[in-house]
Amino acid sequence: MAALRRAHSTANLVLRATGSTTSRSVLPAAVNAGNRHLFSRAKPAYPGHWPLNTLENAFMAVGSGLMALKDPRRHDMVATLGETTAGYALPRMRDAMLASAEGRRILRKRPSVNSDTVDMEWLKTLPEGTFGRAYITWLERCGVTPDTRAPVHYIDDPELAYVMKRYRESHDFYHCLCNLPVNVESELALKFFEFFNIGLPMTLLGGVLGQLRLTPDKRHRLFSEYLPWALKCGGGTSKPLIGVYWEERWEQNLEDMKKELGIFDPPPAVWRRPLSEAAKARKNKLAAEKAAQERADLEAMGQKPPQ
Amino acid sequence: MRTVSARFNSTTTPNPSNENSRPAQTHFGFRTVDENAKEDLVKGVFSSVAPKYDLMNDAMSMGIHRLWKDDFVSLLNPGRRGPIKILDMAGGTGDIALRMLDHAREKYADRDTSVLVSDINPDMLKEGMRRVRQTMYHNTPQIGFQVANAQELDPDIFPDNSFDLYTIAFGIRNCTSIPDVIKEAHRVLKPGGTFACLEFGKVDNPLLSQLYEVYSFSVIPMLGSILASDRESYQYLVESIRRFPSQPVFAQMIRDAGFTTGQDFSGQGGAWRDLWGGIASVHLGVKA
Repeated sequence: MAALRRAHSTANLVLRATGSTTSRSVLPAAVNAGNRHLFSRAKPAYPGHWPLNTLENAFMAVGSGLMALKDPRRHDMVATLGETTAGYALPRMRDAMLASAEGRRILRKRPSVNSDTVDMEWLKTLPEGTFGRAYITWLERCGVTPDTRAPVHYIDDPELAYVMKRYRESHDFYHCLCNLPVNVESELALKFFEFFNIGLPMTLLGGVLGQLRLTPDKRHRLFSEYLPWALKCGGGTSKPLIGVYWEERWEQNLEDMKKELGIFDPPPAVWRRPLSEAAKARKNKLAAEKAAQERADLEAMGQKPPQ
Repeated sequence: MRTVSARFNSTTTPNPSNENSRPAQTHFGFRTVDENAKEDLVKGVFSSVAPKYDLMNDAMSMGIHRLWKDDFVSLLNPGRRGPIKILDMAGGTGDIALRMLDHAREKYADRDTSVLVSDINPDMLKEGMRRVRQTMYHNTPQIGFQVANAQELDPDIFPDNSFDLYTIAFGIRNCTSIPDVIKEAHRVLKPGGTFACLEFGKVDNPLLSQLYEVYSFSVIPMLGSILASDRESYQYLVESIRRFPSQPVFAQMIRDAGFTTGQDFSGQGGAWRDLWGGIASVHLGVKA
């Protein structure tokens, strides 16, 4: 603990020397969330912050875990589980970021990743083999956008809340770097990878609980092929990916980047049809049915349906 | 997942003498908002909670709201003196309406009592219509649905002196101007008709009140986020309960609109009846 504090103070000095203006707590947040006790909450520290006391945090952790298991499409519950079980992992992640100049730049500038900040059109013009081009190709191949991340609500320290947000937004970059699609087995493989690389408890929870829903042969493949890869690559050869400033590296050659970061490819995965196509078709059908029912209801209750 | 995220920072008190300055303010939970904004905010909350409204009621009150509504309907005893016309205001998902019709039918073999279910929010009414489709009252003259604002009822659809019973259950605290609602109720009721309001009240017992406080502000928003992905709407709901006037004050508001009520105490002959220590209470008034 004392060593952590020393390391943090040193990092603090370095930051101040480099002209950082972010206000920073001297102690790790797990100690600084000493505003949070069994029955008392911290004060709201940023927009969207919903402080919880320790009992409430435990309740939310259990409740969101059960709900996420019951209905894995409840991304907000998965996000809540991640935040309520983060514990000491977030300060560790923040310290990993502080350890490199690149990570310190991220903490200072606090960039966001969404379709407003990422110029998708420009990425398409980048040459083959660059990270940016690979990323946009991956997005289109899987049919996802960088916009689906739930906001952070339950982390008391604003900087750690940003670290959590950054982790969530970087998830797709890990997908791209490791060349994994978005089906369940690949997501779980990536969760294990993230656990060995970053150490957030939720990633382990997600991997361990998520694999319960797999068929036996997929589970066997996950544990016999992907888990060793996750351990060797995520925990062994690769640098902490949380400190990578992705937005500065669009034009970097992908293979060079992987070598620099110590990533090697996992066993080949199954790539299916892009998510968006199937989802869109389903959505259209449901929307048409709903619209018909709504017109009938509105007429019955005395309102004119929109033309 | 839709959340109410309006931010209103103004805290000035109402200024009736100066019409050119900013409009009058009112409360929205613990926030202060413009009066004309409150209606839309409340509409947003209820459109957001509508699909899971019944589930959340069960979860938040651990099913107790069913007992309260059963008590409410038994007390009003529709059908005892023949078929009646009921206006169920803020009737949304149809809990009270269906209970009324079932009570009249089962106890008095009454198939002529009718309920007009009204709500300002079409999404809540849609849920009600969906539920009625599962019952025998669908497509019968016994039940109807109408979008309406309780403070300003359209005289063509809600003529003067036309209903025997006006009920509003857990709805009046969300209205911007409670006196206007009671005034409209007075207008549309027949002479001798009853105004009945089931609403959350103030708890006197200090131990119960403390437990209730913790439960309201801790457990309910958490249940809202877990079950309905919507912590903010449920935070508003528990705040709005705290903002509602106490039982004696509300009884006086009912009298101010022209109704006759009982004395200021809880129980038989009183202006209200507390349920579960005052967590909910039933207010009754009769139009002279």
